Amino acid sequence: MRMQTETCNRFSWRTHSCVPRRDSSRRLPESSPAPGLDTSVEAAGTSACGAGFSLRRALARLLPIAALLACATWAQPSASADPELHVLPVQGSVSMLVGDGGNITVQAGKDGILLVDTGLAQIAPKAVAALRTISDGPVRYIVNTHVHPDHTGGNEALAKLGRDNPPPTFPRIIAHLAVQERMAAPPPGNEAPVWPNDTYSTPYKDLSFNNEAIVVYHIPAAHTDGDSIVFFRRSDVVSAGDIFTPGRYPFIDLERGGSVQGIINGLNKILEIAVPLKYQEGGTYVIPGHGRLCDEADVVEFRDMVTIVRDRVQDLIKKGMSLEQVKAAKPSFDYDTQYSGSPDAFVEAVYKGLQKQAP
Amino acid sequence: MLMSRLCPSLRLAVFAAAPVFAQADFTGEWAPLYHEDAPERLPGPELADYTELPINAAARMRADSWDADRISVVEEYQCRPHGSDYSMRGLGNLRVWREFDPATQRTVAFHTHMLAWDSERTIYLDGRPHPPDYAAHTWQGFSTGVWDGNMLTITTTHLKENYIRRNGVPRSDQATVTEHWTRHGDYLTVTTVIDDPVFLTETLVRSDNWYLDPGQHIGIFGCEYAAELPRPEGTVPHHLPGANPYLHEFANWYGLPFEATRGGAETLYPEYRQKLTGYKPPEKCDRYCTCTTLFNCNR
Repeated sequence: MRMQTETCNRFSWRTHSCVPRRDSSRRLPESSPAPGLDTSVEAAGTSACGAGFSLRRALARLLPIAALLACATWAQPSASADPELHVLPVQGSVSMLVGDGGNITVQAGKDGILLVDTGLAQIAPKAVAALRTISDGPVRYIVNTHVHPDHTGGNEALAKLGRDNPPPTFPRIIAHLAVQERMAAPPPGNEAPVWPNDTYSTPYKDLSFNNEAIVVYHIPAAHTDGDSIVFFRRSDVVSAGDIFTPGRYPFIDLERGGSVQGIINGLNKILEIAVPLKYQEGGTYVIPGHGRLCDEADVVEFRDMVTIVRDRVQDLIKKGMSLEQVKAAKPSFDYDTQYSGSPDAFVEAVYKGLQKQAP
Repeated sequence: MLMSRLCPSLRLAVFAAAPVFAQADFTGEWAPLYHEDAPERLPGPELADYTELPINAAARMRADSWDADRISVVEEYQCRPHGSDYSMRGLGNLRVWREFDPATQRTVAFHTHMLAWDSERTIYLDGRPHPPDYAAHTWQGFSTGVWDGNMLTITTTHLKENYIRRNGVPRSDQATVTEHWTRHGDYLTVTTVIDDPVFLTETLVRSDNWYLDPGQHIGIFGCEYAAELPRPEGTVPHHLPGANPYLHEFANWYGLPFEATRGGAETLYPEYRQKLTGYKPPEKCDRYCTCTTLFNCNR
């Protein structure tokens, strides 16, 4: 187990992340750098952080596939032998922990820490260590965007960071009611992670923490039937969960109430919330369930892909094609070189979802 | 006299620094020259013109499904700028300025400003690494440059997904763009090499030229998106496979064999002409025949 905590020569931010400094006094007044893209000319130097990315990318592409397969049975997906976790400051009081497993969103301040998702159970020790490079405060809230173990597996370990800090309080674990119901009845042979203890069944739930309004929106029947997206209003960051997975076909968990139309609705909801700073860049940042940090324009590309593939499959269904015929027509062909995951599985989920939806 | 009084080591240091000042300076106002690929760059490319592009089948299908309504109907597309690779080919009035390290007086960065969408880019010359792959991508990407004699070679990564031709031919966010900047007196030539593992089977090489124009004044571009047409939420205009009625227009207008307009690496090479049996060029040009500037591009 190796966490990316080496200090990068003149390219380090805060203590242990391979992220450039963000407080440069020499930043150009008109520039609006994206998080992770430094514009300060003094942050030069060599760094080991950039090395080995091709191999890392290859491993990173394999892990989500394993995670998806595991999600289908709700078994705990296993992380790679040497999982990685990186800290990336986003903006305002929000950072992301990105690496193997689902992304973890961190909002930290004087009141403590709020997390959106907790990653794989196997990653939890690294998540704890990475979290402590951001804040020493107690974890007061955890929001689970959905039920899958690559987003809830660390609930127990990370919740301890609330109980073990004064005043000792077990954090509130917020999720849509459907998440708790799914966890109450895990598939045979699977152990449920620590349950949500603060559920909601309304269109949204809001709270204020660290002097910031936080809105948790329910997206019905999307990736699953219990999806939430979380909007940090002051920081201007959306944590999207697995409704948005740039570079990967969405996994539509039909067995747990997911649907392609719900995914599209969720993506359009994110677009409704997001406001770019200038010329479709920056402004509201979007932390996906897996993958790199994004903004509105990236969500647009993903939304377009899902919408276009849905329209194509719908057209083929109208022509009376069977599932096998639709798969053979390769309606996602022009996206297959860009998105990882199984095109056939994605097309099948779209097909079945549309069939179910048909009158 | 002064040099003779300097100690040998200091003299060596002075000479060691000299090449820094001998490198080219691109500072100034540059006016784009459109003699190369003018019809594509000024009025804009024809629909379904994929000539000279080494695209794969996925890129071709993506471009075939592209509907120009998307840039008016979908608000998020209305103010979407060119990527830094394509901006060299568009409304490319260019301003370049330098940034110095005060301690060494070495050039540590070039900054560029383009007319189109007020796009600004920094090209770092200080040896910094590119950001990790989980960092955000931008329209301009992250650029670093190294000198090769008087030629500046720039590597750009972390680009947002965009187009290599603005008729829907895609360029992915995984592309790496290499530019070679050379100055010949008052002329600037930029050769752009795009390596896109997602949509290209070979590198795409293009060149663009500018003329030094100290009197150039680049105005404010300005763009504000607005709902121009009533449409259902989430509308994404596109053509279903096999249903795009415009794919043959370009070939018909210019008297080209349809298959030659479909792009692909094979069509880039002279040997491809041997395959075009029976092809007769049109006797008379009647579309964009004298297109060399923004003002004479008449049909």
